[in-house]
Amino acid sequence: MGVELGHYALILALLLAAAQGFFGLLGPSLARERWFAVARSAACGQFVFVVLATAVLVNAFVQDDFSVRYVAENSNSALPLFYRVSALWGAHEGSLLLWILVLGGWTMAVVARLRYLPAPFGARVLGVLGLISFGFLLFTLCTSNPFARLLPAVPDGNDLNPVLQDFALAVHPPILYTGYVGFAVSFAFACAAMIEGRRDQLWARWMRPWTVIVWAFLAWGIALGSWWAYYELGWGGFWFWDPVENASFMPWLVGTALIHSIAVTERRGLFKSWTLLLAVTAFSLSLLGTFLVRSGVLVSVHSFAADPRRGIFILIFLIVMIGGALGLYAWRAPGMRSQSGFEVFSREAFLLFNNLLLVVAAAVVFGGTMAPLIADTLGLGTLSVGPPYFNPSFLTPVLPLLALLAIGIHARWRRGALSDSRRPILITLGLSLLLAAALVLGIYSHPIALTPVGATLGCWIILSSLIEPFNRLRRGLRVPAPLLGMTVAHIGVGVFVLGITFVKSNSIELDVALKAGQSASVGEYSFRYEGVQNFEGPNYEVVRGTISVSRHGRPVTVLRPEKRRYWVQGSVQTTAAIAAGLNRDLLAALGDDVGAGAYSLRLQYRPLIRNVWLGALIMAIGGIITVIGRRQRTTVLKATAPLGLAPERGGAL
Amino acid sequence: MNRFVLPLAAFALLLIVLIVGLRHAPEKGVIVSPLLGKSAPQFTLPDLLDEQNQLRTDALRGHWSLVNVWGTWCEECRVEHATLLQIKQQGRVPIIGIDWKDDDAQARSWLSEMGNPYDHVGADREGRVAIDWGVYGAPESFLVNPAGTVVYKHVGALSPQIWAQEFLPHLL
Repeated sequence: MGVELGHYALILALLLAAAQGFFGLLGPSLARERWFAVARSAACGQFVFVVLATAVLVNAFVQDDFSVRYVAENSNSALPLFYRVSALWGAHEGSLLLWILVLGGWTMAVVARLRYLPAPFGARVLGVLGLISFGFLLFTLCTSNPFARLLPAVPDGNDLNPVLQDFALAVHPPILYTGYVGFAVSFAFACAAMIEGRRDQLWARWMRPWTVIVWAFLAWGIALGSWWAYYELGWGGFWFWDPVENASFMPWLVGTALIHSIAVTERRGLFKSWTLLLAVTAFSLSLLGTFLVRSGVLVSVHSFAADPRRGIFILIFLIVMIGGALGLYAWRAPGMRSQSGFEVFSREAFLLFNNLLLVVAAAVVFGGTMAPLIADTLGLGTLSVGPPYFNPSFLTPVLPLLALLAIGIHARWRRGALSDSRRPILITLGLSLLLAAALVLGIYSHPIALTPVGATLGCWIILSSLIEPFNRLRRGLRVPAPLLGMTVAHIGVGVFVLGITFVKSNSIELDVALKAGQSASVGEYSFRYEGVQNFEGPNYEVVRGTISVSRHGRPVTVLRPEKRRYWVQGSVQTTAAIAAGLNRDLLAALGDDVGAGAYSLRLQYRPLIRNVWLGALIMAIGGIITVIGRRQRTTVLKATAPLGLAPERGGAL
Repeated sequence: MNRFVLPLAAFALLLIVLIVGLRHAPEKGVIVSPLLGKSAPQFTLPDLLDEQNQLRTDALRGHWSLVNVWGTWCEECRVEHATLLQIKQQGRVPIIGIDWKDDDAQARSWLSEMGNPYDHVGADREGRVAIDWGVYGAPESFLVNPAGTVVYKHVGALSPQIWAQEFLPHLL
């Protein structure tokens, strides 16, 4: 016995996924209610077998079973236990298994809340999820089997890529995937709504909490990845517009548009077809990202081992899933027009602009990511685009988006006149200009042109978000959870904008070679290089430098950047030393021994960089608050369900 | 036409791009560098041939230079070596080597056995400088003008033809 058990479990999971898809989709169409229950049991069974397969592979890692190729390639007997477990998703095969496991987890969550959905609708949702799972299981078993044996077995493994031997990166994939894969749930809800050709907007109410939670996880996942790149890669950047990063960022942008448009659909019955299209697009971009990263069509700094054969498989899968969903959309969306309207300065109008600008921003990222492929198709030779393209073209839609947020948040639903909200707009804008001036002139001098703009927008968004809760509290009213969540999320946006603004304009980077005892000054800080020492870790040896930092002659901190040489792969990993603070980070990374007792060093000062991740974290928390607050409302709704759901069958005539 | 069909049409267009991309995927390699027209990235590296010295970005200032990324582990670099020696003989530009992720002793013996075309060689032992230069694989060569701006990049081994047709015109 051994990993073959896992392989076998995965094959059983494949069959059950097929059953889940078949009975879930055909049951409601043929009006066979018993089939709904079959789909549900198949989903549960599938999850059990996927968990079993994962457990078997984890066990192989923990037991150092180097007769398994995947274990031999990604682990080593000297690897600490924690990383032996996280090595599971250290490469292509295992991370696919994680993909399937996460999808199974989401499916189980849907199953757990199935009673809040009409039975046929719930069955269809499970059916779509089953099809997705089937595709990925087939993909894994046909092209990327993690249970393949390596015969003859090797005495010891090749070790996990040292870059991945890090806490943040060990936990980053599961969280990122939870968001990335989670859009499958929104996708399944959208497909189910389209298959039924629903004319009401109840599906938006059902889909909304899932979408918001998924969006929050994706925000966390992306922020965690960025934080990892920042401290582990050691050169101070936190976003590189790399295809792998863009692959998760595009669904997030579209997801952000989706959580706003779905609010309009749920509340006012507007934008129905648009919301469906966004839900389909968000997951399509997740799938497309998977294709781009794993097929080798794009070259990425941190891509998986590419294999065009895998590309063909995913391509066929894309055609079936995305093509199918968009075909469904072309067929059903025309029947979903809504009658009600809204005025120019109403909240609906602002949210419409929000959606357009977010989609433009996603399109900009998409264009840049696909540029090498598009140029290739048109025979324009090879081309790659980097930050010089992405930064300005991304800011073009995003700056007006931020300003519209600060203005539109005061607008009322349905009817709105600019004159109603002129006072709060002007007051918050005036205050933000003052605050921004204080920041730019007082603390962060030497600004670039966009610094005052970014500082003003950041402050303006935070102040504007606070107006409505503030007014309610002043009038002695409660702040309802959805409003609280929205406020928190928008404050997160403001915090993020402030962070990006000052990191971009006021960071200082310096590359120097210093001998022991020499100093270099970075802005107001003086970095003094004291020397290096050698140590040994569990599976590596390490050179550690000591750098004491002072400001105006007063000691601030001591930085100890490291350079590790991992014995097994012989590769060297640099770990920058970071003195983190809410107001600034100080970084030192150790370069090479340049001889004569000198080391090359990279020294950096980065103001407010914590705001970038903190902002993302706050946004996500805000999203979660809205969902938790909603729960009570859904329960109330359920109590009146027989009445509330009755007219749905008749349709709106 | 029904506007709700547009997403499907856009997806069909995208598929064409993906299929072409997939067909070309195996022969990927030539990537125009975003560095072109930009200042050469800053670096400070130990000099491979003179332990007491450092190789810095300053070495690229005031004259044209050819920056060549290589390593003893790279077979293409062996092929390229004769061309580099010829370029050295012509004496039009100094060649600055970046020895990428290599063993210093092996690199030194490679140069003493096959001849040294480089004016200076920096030992980029862990590949950080190569990352800054956007190197995807060795060999890669960059032409840097006297102002320190990257003018041209070639991925793969240099040959006398490539040198004459793609690099020399910049120097005239």
